[in-house]
Amino acid sequence: MGTIIVKDRQGDSHKLIAEPGYKIMEIIRDAGLEIEAACGGCCACATCHVYVSENWLNKLNKKEDEEESMLDQAFEVSDLSRLSCQIEFEEKLNGIELTLAPE
Amino acid sequence: MRHNTDVIIIGAGPVGLFAVFELGLLNLQCHLVDNLDKIGGQCSELYPDKPIYDIPSRPKVTGQELTEGLMQQAKPFNPIFHLGQQAEKIEKKNGNFWDLTTSHGTKITAKCIVIAAGAGSFVPRKPPIENIDKFENKNVFFSIKDKSKFKDKKILIAGGGDSALDWTNELSSIAKVTLMHRRKEFRAAPESVSKMQKLEKEKKINFLLGQIVSISETIGEVLEVGYKNENIVSTVKTDFLLPFYGLKMELGPIANWSLNLNENRISVDTEKFETSVPSIFAIGDINYYPGKLKLILSGFHEATLMAQKCFSYCYPDKKNIFRYTTTSKDLHKKLGV
Repeated sequence: MGTIIVKDRQGDSHKLIAEPGYKIMEIIRDAGLEIEAACGGCCACATCHVYVSENWLNKLNKKEDEEESMLDQAFEVSDLSRLSCQIEFEEKLNGIELTLAPE
Repeated sequence: MRHNTDVIIIGAGPVGLFAVFELGLLNLQCHLVDNLDKIGGQCSELYPDKPIYDIPSRPKVTGQELTEGLMQQAKPFNPIFHLGQQAEKIEKKNGNFWDLTTSHGTKITAKCIVIAAGAGSFVPRKPPIENIDKFENKNVFFSIKDKSKFKDKKILIAGGGDSALDWTNELSSIAKVTLMHRRKEFRAAPESVSKMQKLEKEKKINFLLGQIVSISETIGEVLEVGYKNENIVSTVKTDFLLPFYGLKMELGPIANWSLNLNENRISVDTEKFETSVPSIFAIGDINYYPGKLKLILSGFHEATLMAQKCFSYCYPDKKNIFRYTTTSKDLHKKLGV
């Protein structure tokens, strides 16, 4: 068990309990925060777009082409942009800070 | 166009298609309305090539294969499809009939309405930019019906998918097109990308690297579009802006049909999957009841029970005798076996 810290679109931070093996998107969705995740996590939309805090970026696996390509449908994409359905929570990500991207 | 049928199904996704089969077994004829221009719903729009592993007896099936199988199963019942149009308005007529009007003005009359609309209808994703609504259908278009208005105009197309690239290539022959995208790679089909790159080399179109951040109007209905690349904001002037960022799903006009909702989903009972309005049903991902799981297989079950109740609305005086497809000669006849 660990935690992730998610800032919502109103700017409020939420500390969420995270279990290894679950996708970050699933953890955010299960907590009832506003994340659409329309395709359910199969990297077929861009509605689970988040920004990862800069100091956590290098701890994540690199984006696959599919994720980079899907980000073309997202808005306000930056170097910190990731699709949260493509990040699996694991011990080394304990405490990771994320911000929900605008819809 | 005006049509008469037994049941109108809103949504031609997997659950809507299976409903055609179950209703068909009970002699009920269906018309289906879907805002996409193809059948299959999310299965064909979002994940045609992705395997699904939890359909009973199909250990691994792609969205496309599932759609094809369901279509084959529904075929003996001759469903009529009204694609590329949204179910807009319903009206109760003569007590027992519903009149449904689509965004294309198609009118369908039926005894029952079944909403199998998944997460809602697919509509264009609009960039979250202040004021963009103000310009919509004036100088900002999210889809193109009549390209003649773009003749000899300055057009800015934003996006990197098939729509963005196809329209860039197509409009380049009649207008002054600029394509804007956040990177130099594109998710569109490789042949459209190479065509666009060729046009750019020949200076028949212009390419800008960046993402739109603002829109404002300048003199003579010309738009000034602000865009950002690597933290530098620049502006470009254009007559029309065409943003193509794919589709998203929203409940749409159904939200105004006076049905009881639970957040964005339609509340139903678990016996007939009927909504708070008699003879309107909701099945699949769009409905809500305690314990609901958004699974295709749950939608199949819901479609089956819904069909029983539709039968009693359409044939109030007839008895519905339960039969199996394995043994019933009458059902075999309907199925053409």
